[in-house]
Amino acid sequence: MRITVDPITRIEGHLRVDCEVEDGAVTNAWASGQMWRGIELILQGRDPRDAWVFAQRICGVCTTVHAIASVRSVENALDLEVPLNAQFIRNMIVGAHAVHDHIVHFYQLSAVDWVDIVSALQADPERASRLAQGLSDWHRNGVGEFRAVQQKLQAFVDSGQLGIFGSGYWGHPAMVLEPEVNLLAVVHYMQALEYQRRANDIVAVLGTKTPHIQNLAVGGVANPINFDSQSTLTLERLMMVRRAIDDIGAFVKQVYLPDVAAIGAMYADWTGYGAGITNYLCVPDMPLDTRGTEFALPGGFIENGDVGTFRAISGYHDAYFQDGVKESTKHAWYTDDRPLHPYEGKTEPNYTDFQDDGKYSWVKAPTFYDKRAQVGPLANVLCMYAAGHEPTQRYTDMALQMVGSIADLGGPLPVDALHSTIGRHAARAVRCAVLHDELDGQWNRLMENIGSGDTDTFNRPVFPEGEVSGVGFHEAPRGVLSHWTVIRDGKIANYQAVVPTTWNAGPRDDNDEIGPYEASLLDNPVADPELPLEVIRTVHSFDPCLACAIHMVDTEERELVRVKVS
Amino acid sequence: LSGAADRILVLGLGNILLGDEGVGVRVAEALQAEYAFDPDIDIVDGGTSGMDMLDIVADRPHVIVVDAVNTGDPPGTLVTLTGEAAPAFFRNRISPHQLGLSDLLGALALMDRRPKGLTLVGCVPESLDTNLELTPRVAAQVPEMLEMVVDALKGLGVRATRTSAAA
Repeated sequence: MRITVDPITRIEGHLRVDCEVEDGAVTNAWASGQMWRGIELILQGRDPRDAWVFAQRICGVCTTVHAIASVRSVENALDLEVPLNAQFIRNMIVGAHAVHDHIVHFYQLSAVDWVDIVSALQADPERASRLAQGLSDWHRNGVGEFRAVQQKLQAFVDSGQLGIFGSGYWGHPAMVLEPEVNLLAVVHYMQALEYQRRANDIVAVLGTKTPHIQNLAVGGVANPINFDSQSTLTLERLMMVRRAIDDIGAFVKQVYLPDVAAIGAMYADWTGYGAGITNYLCVPDMPLDTRGTEFALPGGFIENGDVGTFRAISGYHDAYFQDGVKESTKHAWYTDDRPLHPYEGKTEPNYTDFQDDGKYSWVKAPTFYDKRAQVGPLANVLCMYAAGHEPTQRYTDMALQMVGSIADLGGPLPVDALHSTIGRHAARAVRCAVLHDELDGQWNRLMENIGSGDTDTFNRPVFPEGEVSGVGFHEAPRGVLSHWTVIRDGKIANYQAVVPTTWNAGPRDDNDEIGPYEASLLDNPVADPELPLEVIRTVHSFDPCLACAIHMVDTEERELVRVKVS
Repeated sequence: LSGAADRILVLGLGNILLGDEGVGVRVAEALQAEYAFDPDIDIVDGGTSGMDMLDIVADRPHVIVVDAVNTGDPPGTLVTLTGEAAPAFFRNRISPHQLGLSDLLGALALMDRRPKGLTLVGCVPESLDTNLELTPRVAAQVPEMLEMVVDALKGLGVRATRTSAAA
């Protein structure tokens, strides 16, 4: 039996997933990006100093991440150093953006895959509140708030507004949480709406504007630092950032992390599904020097799920990353006749139709030294764990310990359980906690550096005659993002963005090897082919973002999602 | 940007990299450049953002959204909707951008921070090809869309005065 989910909802962009299902489990899968981007073509011939302004329009969710990767690619091509203040300010912007993004992904976008909102109405608020208090010391787990949220939810259901939670699968047989846990999740869903904003406030203050930041420049940032002038980055503004960092911390560590551990423990069977491709790639981020040779957060490559194989990517000039990336379009709707390095990458469409054994996606299939790789928070956490990054090890062990105690395992859950659908959620929560600590670290570094008398924020770029090329990479919320720029006589000659979802959602490659989404779906259970919640769970666990990005209001009413069973 | 919630907001939405998809942003830019308002309003280029705009949209007395719309009518057709029809518009769509304004409005409803009024000013696009320019047909409708926004503002007690001619 074949099921087609088109589109997968509550993601950015248009993704279609096809699965063959036999005896209640997935036996084959295809992931197809249904939108053509080609946005890179707009950049050709432009001034490289402006590229980031356009690049941040590629996606409505990931504006800052494309902007940062773009300036880094031009700086890499010019071998341009970036002043320390600029590095720290950029690091805080991307860190705060990621914290915001991870909280929104879990509570607003994917929790309803696991949490039955309607069931929360049956909960005993007192019991739910006690349960929450058993998980952490969070100060807003009182019965008063639990009762108020339940009443509000009842009012919403009564007025037929449940749709705001997306097309949820209320009452699906794969929903196993008891009503009290569901209520706990709804209460924290509401609180998440408040706290994610605080993370966004940091982006707004440092980026001088949201949703599109305005403070970047090739060579640094456009935030003059002067504690005596109101139009610059003043002490007052930095203290606003400080307060926002402080406000978010308890939510991340006392709510998000324990919630994911608790839900993970109650869905422990999902540690056995969704591993897929266990080669993991991530890049180092949050540079601590002007050239990008030292980083707060390590990155590298792990093969076959074995953390012992970890090899580090040492910095912006390490050929290990640059030389390893290729993209195949054998199964994608483009014309290339062989896998190409991004500097040679083309964007020439060749639409056929959906062909199971031929071309079936607008997404290309990237490889790292000819191997498929999974990217994202799980790859990031496993690599940082392997690299001996202390905060990552601490928060990972904490999460595994919590799962072990909630599920009564008599010890922590093994690290290997992270190679799974639920493991990707756990890793995202761990990463969020690590990033929050590092926001604090970057703020302190910035203050110390300014205190030492350094107020530089910008080095002017100089473009040589002839051709130079560079890659800018960033460990974005969804994983490795790289922008590849070829500059000829000061103008952009070629530009390619290899985005995280390309790594994960890519179709079969030149050797017909299936991609990470596809591989992760194999052996997933499917209780009801008409309502393939399990498929959605695994795809959502990657936090797909194929937006890149159309935002048209469609007033023609159509069926919400087609699930075709044939 | 939070803290200005007592002002009316004009929110231009869309992706400027995709031709007519960016018409909402282009109208917002023109409004910003060519008009003065009494009392003052906020004009925001929202691009294709969703949850990032939570604080920008929250608690507003009124939000005028300018966007490309797909009504099934010929390219260049203009639409204005207000009252309950406008939010329903966003709810029913199945645009490739799932996390847009409808989710934002849903979240704000849960927080009791929804804008008190909502107006949609839209234009049916002709081309969504990768391009920074509007098609001539849609570009020709921009002055009319500006008038529609100005009219909507007038109905809300805001006087808009043209300060400079279109470039």
